[in-house]
Amino acid sequence: MAVTSSETVPVVSEADIVNVRRCVRESAAKLGFSLVDQTKVVTAASELARNTVIHGHGGRMELATLNGPRVGIRLIFEDQGPGIPDLDLALRDGFTTGSGLGLGLGGSKRLVNEFELKSRVGEGTKVTVIRWK
Amino acid sequence: MEKIPILRMGEFLLVTIQVDMHDRLAMTLQDDLTNRISQTGAKGVLIDISSLEIVDSFIGRMLGNIASTSRVLDAETVVVGMQPAVAITLVELGMSLEGVRTALNVDAGMELLRKSVNGHEESEYGSYFQ
Repeated sequence: MAVTSSETVPVVSEADIVNVRRCVRESAAKLGFSLVDQTKVVTAASELARNTVIHGHGGRMELATLNGPRVGIRLIFEDQGPGIPDLDLALRDGFTTGSGLGLGLGGSKRLVNEFELKSRVGEGTKVTVIRWK
Repeated sequence: MEKIPILRMGEFLLVTIQVDMHDRLAMTLQDDLTNRISQTGAKGVLIDISSLEIVDSFIGRMLGNIASTSRVLDAETVVVGMQPAVAITLVELGMSLEGVRTALNVDAGMELLRKSVNGHEESEYGSYFQ
């Protein structure tokens, strides 16, 4: 899996969520993703970025474009927040600790091809997703 | 503070969302619309989202809230112009926007609003002319 480019952006404020959407959109368009695939990966990024801001109390996103053998986008959202005690529960549709619909994690998982969630209570959360072209 | 303009056209309110909204802007729009419905006694709200490149669960929830709140205030809400890619993504995300009326474009949306507001009167006329 060859990383051809990578950048890291802060994910701390609401404005950062908008910026995440813009960055992911740009990269996906540059890689030649179809409009539907662009929309899916941008929407997933928006959900995950909001989780990082609200539940993770802020963190960052590393955006990497992958080239070889397959072309894709990899996003890593990382925070040093309180962590998630029950990962299975957190991934279930309808589960929410906040005021949302509880579609953030489970929903974004459906919008990408690869999804990995790691979390330690008291240390933070790391979500890695890949959407292939 | 940044705001999304709400236009009044007769008994309807029109909103065109043309920017990538951050969450607080979406919340502000929800509050502003609720206040305007109450102040003006508007019977319908038309929200044009044709410029929106994504609708995530937050914005989806906002649209649902606007529809529910306006219904309680005796106004119908129609969301129009959703891009096909956005619709596909929303459903896969797990949101079907239940309770939100939609139309393909502004014309169809206005037609829907007019019908739902004037429907009763029209049927009265209908029986009169029979």
